[in-house]
Amino acid sequence: MTLHRREAVKTLLSGRGELLVVAGLGSTAWDITAAGDAPLNFPLWGAMGQAAMIGLGLALAQPRRRVLVITGDGEMLMGIGSLATIGAQQPPNLTLVVIDNERYGETGMQETHTAHGVDLAGVARACGFEYSKTTSSLKTLRSIIHEGAGPNFAVVKVAAEKLPLVLPPLDGVALKDRFRRALLGDSAEVLSQKR
Amino acid sequence: MQPDWPQEVHRALSLAQVRVVGYVPDAGHSRLIELCQGDRKMLSVVLTTEEEGIGLAAGAWLGGEKSVLLMQSSGVGNVINAAGLLKTCRIPLLMIVTMRGEEGEFNSWQVPMGEATPAVLEAMDVRVRRAARAEEIAPLVADALRQEQATAVLISQGVIGIKSFRQ
Repeated sequence: MTLHRREAVKTLLSGRGELLVVAGLGSTAWDITAAGDAPLNFPLWGAMGQAAMIGLGLALAQPRRRVLVITGDGEMLMGIGSLATIGAQQPPNLTLVVIDNERYGETGMQETHTAHGVDLAGVARACGFEYSKTTSSLKTLRSIIHEGAGPNFAVVKVAAEKLPLVLPPLDGVALKDRFRRALLGDSAEVLSQKR
Repeated sequence: MQPDWPQEVHRALSLAQVRVVGYVPDAGHSRLIELCQGDRKMLSVVLTTEEEGIGLAAGAWLGGEKSVLLMQSSGVGNVINAAGLLKTCRIPLLMIVTMRGEEGEFNSWQVPMGEATPAVLEAMDVRVRRAARAEEIAPLVADALRQEQATAVLISQGVIGIKSFRQ
């Protein structure tokens, strides 16, 4: 059964509660927005390759919260070294999910390395992730995101399809400020005035 | 006697409650890295490339924590595109950069990136502060931590000493 990215991401984010969510630029940023824009979403519009590291920074800063990074195969490949960095840190509260259509979706659907046999879950496993699998069991994956002792990594293979864009807010400062306010409350302001 | 700049910088980081220390090692940073690793209030994160330090800092800041990124000048070239995030999202980050490719550099392969380092940082709107002497480093670091702006403190090769390839 072929999975479709919008439905898959919507399932992963259903009942998300206090989950902190980072999405890599391009299709996965549109996917999390289609599932429902939220203050605790941080969708990227640039910095390709950095989604996993943003997730690590967040997971280290907020050890009591669960952190989910949803990104594409092209974005993950660009930051593949970060799998080693995360493997060395072993953050138990971090899960990376790669929505893998084996394509660079924003640039003309050119094939990525995963279309040619590169196994990202294998890379993550070799880097020491506690859980690392290519899976289509979204309900199991959702419980791992919320409860599994990480770091966790999953590849979800999806159809290569061009979908209508569902754009999140574009203003980076506004995205950052709303996230910090939602997460840190008043101390977000206190922190930024600590001079 | 030279001031103990790694100790002073560590104290400044500690006073400013810097929590996350991303680094790609440089011989010039080795003592500071050890001090940070030995500090239970800091999380030291070894990176595969300096670029990861930008994402790490952005994530930590989203989560309410301050970061510092330690690297040598050759690493500045690796952060350029990601550094756009600092400006677009207005994320403060202090980078402490030990210089290569300055006067007395033996390895000519280090010279192009060393010479381009300040221009590259400024092109990405990262403020550049230069420490020519050891006693200048900690005050520049403390000052940068008071500002909520992306700032790089460049430590001259003269402070660190020229890398020797002789055994």
